[in-house]
Amino acid sequence: MKANADVIIIGGGLMGLSTALHLGRRGIKTVVLEKESPGRHASGVNAGGLRQLNRHMAEIPLTVAAAEIWKNIRDLVDDDCDVVLNGQVRVAESDATLQKLQARVDALKAQGYEHEQIIDSDTLYRLVPKLVGGCVGALYNPDDGSARPFHAATAFRHKAIALGAEIHSGVEVLGIEESSDGWKLDTNRGTFCAATVVNCAGGWANRLAAMLGESVPLTPKAPTLMVTERLPPFLDLTVGAEGYQLSFKQMQNGTVIIGGAHLAKLDFEQEQSVIDFATLKTSAQTVTRFFPHMAQVRIVRSWAGIEGFMPDNIPVIGASSKADGIFHAFGFSAHGFQLSPVVGRIMSELILDGKTDLPIEPFDIRRFTESESQEP
Amino acid sequence: MEKHELIVIGGGPAGLAAATSAANAGVECLLIDEQATPGGQIYRAVGTIPEKRATLLGPDYQYGRKLVDQFNHSRASYLSSTTLWNLNSQRQIGILRDGKASLISADRIIIATGAMERPVPFPGWTLPGVMSAGAGQILLKSSGLVPGNGVVLAGIGPLLLLLAWQYLHAGVKIHAILDMSPAGNLWRALPYLPGALLAHHYILKGLRYQLQLKLAGVKFYSGVTEFHAVGGDTLEAVEFTHRGGRKRIDTQLLLSHFGVIPDSHLSRCAGCDHSWDPNQLCWRPVADMWDNSSVDGIAIVGDGAGIGGAVAARHAGRIAGFEAARALGRMDAKQRDIAARKDQGWMRDDLRVRPFLEARFHPPAELLSAPPDETIVCRCEEVNAGAIRTAIHSGHQDANQVKFLTRCGMGPCQGRQCDNAVSQIVARELGDEKMVSGGYRIRPPIRPLTIEQLAALDAGADPK
Repeated sequence: MKANADVIIIGGGLMGLSTALHLGRRGIKTVVLEKESPGRHASGVNAGGLRQLNRHMAEIPLTVAAAEIWKNIRDLVDDDCDVVLNGQVRVAESDATLQKLQARVDALKAQGYEHEQIIDSDTLYRLVPKLVGGCVGALYNPDDGSARPFHAATAFRHKAIALGAEIHSGVEVLGIEESSDGWKLDTNRGTFCAATVVNCAGGWANRLAAMLGESVPLTPKAPTLMVTERLPPFLDLTVGAEGYQLSFKQMQNGTVIIGGAHLAKLDFEQEQSVIDFATLKTSAQTVTRFFPHMAQVRIVRSWAGIEGFMPDNIPVIGASSKADGIFHAFGFSAHGFQLSPVVGRIMSELILDGKTDLPIEPFDIRRFTESESQEP
Repeated sequence: MEKHELIVIGGGPAGLAAATSAANAGVECLLIDEQATPGGQIYRAVGTIPEKRATLLGPDYQYGRKLVDQFNHSRASYLSSTTLWNLNSQRQIGILRDGKASLISADRIIIATGAMERPVPFPGWTLPGVMSAGAGQILLKSSGLVPGNGVVLAGIGPLLLLLAWQYLHAGVKIHAILDMSPAGNLWRALPYLPGALLAHHYILKGLRYQLQLKLAGVKFYSGVTEFHAVGGDTLEAVEFTHRGGRKRIDTQLLLSHFGVIPDSHLSRCAGCDHSWDPNQLCWRPVADMWDNSSVDGIAIVGDGAGIGGAVAARHAGRIAGFEAARALGRMDAKQRDIAARKDQGWMRDDLRVRPFLEARFHPPAELLSAPPDETIVCRCEEVNAGAIRTAIHSGHQDANQVKFLTRCGMGPCQGRQCDNAVSQIVARELGDEKMVSGGYRIRPPIRPLTIEQLAALDAGADPK
């Protein structure tokens, strides 16, 4: 096969699909190359958290913009992606931790952001009645929530296709080289050519960057989730806890999803993750600490998805530092789901307008190359 | 972490024989079993059963005693009433015993978890009053329970005849036996008959059961199609097409059976490669001649490696025990070859009947891959065949993508009931029933574990 497109996007996860969708909205035909099937790894199997709460300061403008899109996600993808916006809390067990969270709220306020607030224990227990006694308060955002990730990935894919994107599953990029009119991609299913290439390859993105001579310290990891049997409704919000690896929420069908970035053992070459129950033991202990009523509830399933992590836990977003016509959006370090609609928009703006209104300087790929070159 | 040289999983004929032969060769060996006493499904409760019930179950069942005795006399240790909720490629096993979860590991593992009944989603199969014939047999073996108000037996496979024969002798009223194997099966099986006659006792036994049932006045319907279980809150009757006409038989109990398939959940959970067997219509582990799987140190024997029956399972188990002894340095390859030779010969003879049985009891393709749209396929999450087809035709072209989208297979049974059906519906909808793309990826715990049990997990000291 030999095919040409205006823009080729490598990776059929949410970032790639969102980029295809936004480019499609502006009349650009894209080809998405996905080596497995769309949403196969982190995009399809993550916890689906729509969380602005407690993010890295650099991500605040993006997460706030993304939250606006999720509120009316149907306008973008013709589907509600099972979005529920009942709020997220980050519980504090002691006054000292609550003060730490208060300091964060103050710092945000100084920059003009008021979406995170501190709530006292009365409000907390009204919101989360099953929470263990003795917590002093929490960081809270009433507009946060969750969605169903595989449904979201499916909706983004359908909308991208409706806007003219072509999505190829089972196509793995083996090499990239510059040609007279742009880039030539060598794959297991023939050659694809385009003037512009977007690297949305998640846990594999550093391999693509390396093909362009652009080394970047991405580590693929496999965060684990567990899901329980169905329970009567007891929780509307997503609950985290300061000082603990916990993400805890009840889905509309009654099951409870338990996360917190506990890692599975990953055999990256075989793309197989082995669930580490000795690690999940800690996760179960955290759950019983904060929700003692869960003790007798049965865990039905656990799984892990492969995700790219950066050393500073914030993504790479922007143009390549080495090659014209190459753009990157990867390394979301297990919290990219919420950002996906806005990242697609940013990529489309960078490609078509050469700029975006959102501040993406902190996500520049050169932050790694520069720090490397400073070393003696 | 508690560590053993060899862990055998499953106390049926394959597991008992494997543990016995390995232990007799000097291997330190632990057999883990879900049941309270050794025997597995086929020899369930064989060591403790009252004599009268044992006689009722027949001489094949009683042979199990010999296997159990040999196992008890070996130096293998035995962990009964133990649920296994995980096995990974690093040969770590998650077990649950007396409500306490722990992780143990072994240099070598032999999976001998046997077969499960082939789940088939026919209209009405989720109604109360519809059970599998295997469940009926478990009640008979373990507690002597038989249906009080009569029963219809329906489906395909030798177990139907065996159970009918056992029920007949227990005085149960059998309303009818409905055979759903396609009319052409007998013809397709004929070429295999000469080979099968070398193991003719199986065929004679089947004919004898059939004759006795007919003499007792039990009604047989063969070539049954469009089979439905019907009722409001519970089963009231079965309806089916027979010789071009629609028939109805009132019954409060239906025991259905469509043959057995390897219970591959554990071997797939461990990451062993599997391939689709178009004759047995199921996943089978990929294995070498010593039943070693694709994962280093894990072997799969008995019906779990492909349906061969209890006798072949016993031989395969014994052979795998010798292979384990070789791998663990208790004998060399030549000694293993000599030790295994007799069992290999007996196993080969016993398996001669298989091609005939597989052809004779081959389920009709439509039964598995073309349930009507409104038929529930995943009973845990109540997903019907129509929803699965819609998902497939909106671009979700393998069982796992269908699962992600529809939640089919995400319930407490872990997809055991719908896995095969979904794989086959996908293959049929995509136009090639022989090309089954892959079953669900298995997500541990494969048996439910409570949060408290996991929080108290005994993971032992870190091996690092």
